[in-house]
Amino acid sequence: MILFWLIVILMAGSFLAWLSSRWSSVAPKWIALVAVLIDFLAAASFWIKIASFNYPAAGNTLIAGNKGLWFTELNWMWIPSFGISFHLASDGLSLLLVMLTLFIGVLSVLISWNEIQYKVGFFYFNLLWILAGIIGVFTAIDLFLFYFFWEVMLIPMYFLIGIWGSKNRIYASFKFFIFTQSSGLLMFLSILGLFFLHGKATGVYTFDYMQLIGTKMAPNVAMWLMAGFVIAFIVKLPAVPFHNWLPDAHTEAPTAGSVILAALMLKTGAYGLIRFVLPLFPDAARTFAPAAMILGAIGIIYGAVLAFAQTDFKRLVAYTSVNHMGFVLLGVFALNEMALQGVVMQMLCHGISTGALFIIVGALYGRIHTRDIEQMGGLWDKVPRMGSMAMVFALASLGLPGLGNFIAEFLVLAGAYQASNWTTAISTIGLVLSTMYSLRIMAKVFLGKPRKTWTLEDLNLREMIVMGSLTIVILWLGLFPNHVLYVSRASIQSVVNTVNASSTAAGQANTLLQDLPLDKTEKKNDDISLKQKDRQKEQIKIEEQIKTEEQLRTEQQIKAEEPIKTEEYMKSEEHTKGGIRQ
Amino acid sequence: MTTEGLFSLLPLFLLSGFAVILMLLIAIYRDHNLTFWFTLAGFTASFASLFFIQAVLPRQIVPILIIDNYALLYWGMIILASSAVAVLSYNYLKEHEEQKEEYYILLMTATLGACTMSSASHFISFFLGLEILSVSLYTMISYLRDRLESVEAGLKYLVLAAASSAFLLFGMALVYASTGTMEFARISESLSANGVNALTLSGFAMMVIAVGFKLALAPFHMWTPDVYQGAPAPVTAFVATVSKAGMFGLWLRFFVMINGYRYGSLLILFTVISIASMFTGNFLALMQNNVKRILAYSSIAHLGYLFVAFLAGGKLAIEATTFYLVAYIITSLGTFGIVTVLSGKMRDAEDIEDYRGLYWRRPLVATVFTAMLMSLAGIPLTAGFIGKFYLVSAAVNSWLWLPVIILVINSAISVYYYLRIIVVMYRRIDEVTPAVETTTGTLATVGPVMQPSISLGGGLVLAVLTLALIWVGVFPGNIIQFIKDMVSSLSSAAMPMHTAQKIMLFR
Repeated sequence: MILFWLIVILMAGSFLAWLSSRWSSVAPKWIALVAVLIDFLAAASFWIKIASFNYPAAGNTLIAGNKGLWFTELNWMWIPSFGISFHLASDGLSLLLVMLTLFIGVLSVLISWNEIQYKVGFFYFNLLWILAGIIGVFTAIDLFLFYFFWEVMLIPMYFLIGIWGSKNRIYASFKFFIFTQSSGLLMFLSILGLFFLHGKATGVYTFDYMQLIGTKMAPNVAMWLMAGFVIAFIVKLPAVPFHNWLPDAHTEAPTAGSVILAALMLKTGAYGLIRFVLPLFPDAARTFAPAAMILGAIGIIYGAVLAFAQTDFKRLVAYTSVNHMGFVLLGVFALNEMALQGVVMQMLCHGISTGALFIIVGALYGRIHTRDIEQMGGLWDKVPRMGSMAMVFALASLGLPGLGNFIAEFLVLAGAYQASNWTTAISTIGLVLSTMYSLRIMAKVFLGKPRKTWTLEDLNLREMIVMGSLTIVILWLGLFPNHVLYVSRASIQSVVNTVNASSTAAGQANTLLQDLPLDKTEKKNDDISLKQKDRQKEQIKIEEQIKTEEQLRTEQQIKAEEPIKTEEYMKSEEHTKGGIRQ
Repeated sequence: MTTEGLFSLLPLFLLSGFAVILMLLIAIYRDHNLTFWFTLAGFTASFASLFFIQAVLPRQIVPILIIDNYALLYWGMIILASSAVAVLSYNYLKEHEEQKEEYYILLMTATLGACTMSSASHFISFFLGLEILSVSLYTMISYLRDRLESVEAGLKYLVLAAASSAFLLFGMALVYASTGTMEFARISESLSANGVNALTLSGFAMMVIAVGFKLALAPFHMWTPDVYQGAPAPVTAFVATVSKAGMFGLWLRFFVMINGYRYGSLLILFTVISIASMFTGNFLALMQNNVKRILAYSSIAHLGYLFVAFLAGGKLAIEATTFYLVAYIITSLGTFGIVTVLSGKMRDAEDIEDYRGLYWRRPLVATVFTAMLMSLAGIPLTAGFIGKFYLVSAAVNSWLWLPVIILVINSAISVYYYLRIIVVMYRRIDEVTPAVETTTGTLATVGPVMQPSISLGGGLVLAVLTLALIWVGVFPGNIIQFIKDMVSSLSSAAMPMHTAQKIMLFR
């Protein structure tokens, strides 16, 4: 129930904030702040409650109907005729991301306090809707519901950029919307493909994630279906060929918008890869992994180089996201626990550190009304507090030990090295490059000779609270990473186990299923139910074969495995042929 | 014909009866208010009678009409949409025309025509319904006689509709020549017994021209933008919704009854038409600056989407297309309703500049318009999203990937022009220039062209439509179930697509 309330409180808050703007321009801010704070505290107390008990046992495998993973679950019928349910659930991974969302949510309300003067009510309406949508994305376990939230978070973000953005905002908002919307549609097609594939194979038409897991499909079908998901997620991430929308959207958005985009929305892509792509298409994911890791490496280097070349402060920070998200892609497709845990850390730390950098850019822009770093320089003397805060997060961004990002990047690289040493070696160059751009921020903006004489105030109390809490969190993540890693461990392990479990059984299952594309068994008569029954029988047969085979394998010595394999294989081939003739 | 048979025709009797009453009423006492209320009473009575006749259904009336739950559903949709148009028209006409009252008679007869079509089971009733609808529409489209575009649109519609009727008649004649009957059911029997020959197929192809014309499918869409732009805004709403619902209801029934899914050539024809409509509609909409024209092209694209699911065949296709039609009607009525309530005395609020900064001046209207456009774009929380989901799932179920992928590409294109309107509405007021050059060439300030305030009736209709839009978008379960039950009379007759045809269709 708590997940439901998290979303409802935000939505109710958004409408209240909007309505209250008719009477007062201050009320919307307070209503938004209170709503997000209540949510944050509720989620935090939930985490504490969970932490005081034991986390779910590690070593789970994601299989249909396994409920042991979830801390909390909520399942209501929504559109029964399509097997669509309002199914929210949270495991360690989603809990961490929900916490991040609400933490950043509180901060983004605070940083917009004075920046937004125009149509305050509608601004906070959109802000809270985005947060609600993102929480929905992180907790939806029904694929239809997931897509629903995926789209819901888009529109308010579009308004946020399009109405409160800076000069080139219309262009940026269009680009953002069309990129994400069209890639989302591809994912939707894949979801439908999966839905019907599963329905036709088992007779159960459902969008439920836990039931769709383990759907058997031919490798080329799996590849196409996975492509839809992957495109949607790596556009959002973004990985290199699809990163085009990001610098524009980040640069033109108001500060809160940039913070939410960088800290939260990019994470939905990474989350999707871990939650959906790997468990739903383990075999296809393994085939795709080398290519994805190369894309990740390219992103790391390309993002860093472009970040270094920017003269617009905000654009620079935007490109660092491309660099950091490269690590995420690299880690996800390394397909081992260490790398994936690193990805979880990277998601959190990038959220904090890049969010903080965007807040500094926003605060600076609010004072000197330019983002051109050529005009800045030597600002430390005038704004020492801002300078030192920027220093902390520039160092975090380059991966200084003691701050969270170090742990994240280290884990990702160490894990990825086991999967592909060359790609990882190349990615490591990115670390050097990220040092360069991070130090360039400090050198150009805060150190060196002042190029203009600005008169500006240092961070005020509100801003110091925001930056201070971010600093505490990034230090905490850097010094006690186990607090977080322990939470996500069970869910990451279950994903890794699912991928590995399929790799042992998949080789044969796939060869069997290849002979069973959907049409070839069709006969002249169009009686669907008969066909379905036939298919079900086939399916059951194959599953039984796989099961017996696995049992046999564990019983036999490894040496003796080869002959059995071939024998079984021939047997099973006979079975299938017989099945077709039926 | 039994008394029960007569009784089941009650909704149609009421519609035609009220048309006559209105005529007499105008002859005796000409009053806009009175006529309007009588019109509404007529629609209400006719709609209410739907509930009473349900007990005696399904029923075949002689050979020409079939009244079953499917027909009832379409009647309900048509009558409700027509009443919405009537309410929207009331304020619009109040400002515009000297002779307002006859408009309502035409509205009544046009509705009657559409209802007849959706329950036709014979070429005679098909043609009769079509002509009742078309002839009423000629006049309705050119109702504002002092507006040149309106008259031009009417004339254009007249010429093209007449030509398409000629094609339809010729097509019917060819089918009759080869099958020897005009009843849908018996045509089906004859086709099953004797197979299909070139004569029948060319007959069907000619009928498709007329159907395509009425539904504004490419390449028979040429009239659409001009007529949509020229016609008075509420009439545009009528053309976009009621006339298409009537025609689609009929064509779906006809196609299912003759089991047209057997004929690969027909399916390929519809695939081509559907793809052409999607691309034509969306690409041309990208280039428009006139909101009415944008919506016209968008409606062409939407009918293209509809036919993607139509191609899928089987039970799911009937449900999906009907559901989509419901969503489409709600949305189209909403969008044209907005244009109507904003339109001033001089001209309709059709220039995209008229909408500049609308959100800051009329937050509610702009929010409603945004919701409607989002629904057209197929974004969650709206009926359009569920509708598109239904369409795509029907098509994916039949593994029709080519049309589906084209649908997705087109959805992405379409987002651009819907967003354009939304962007204009949300432009910050400090950017809004007071005087805007309009397409008509007059330098007009934004204010006076538009209605100073929203009429009560118009506001009410929009409120109801918005609620329906969100309700269907968020809790579609009941409506899906309702539609399933209602169309079951037809979908039980639907056969799954033939395997050979599926392969032909890029399965």
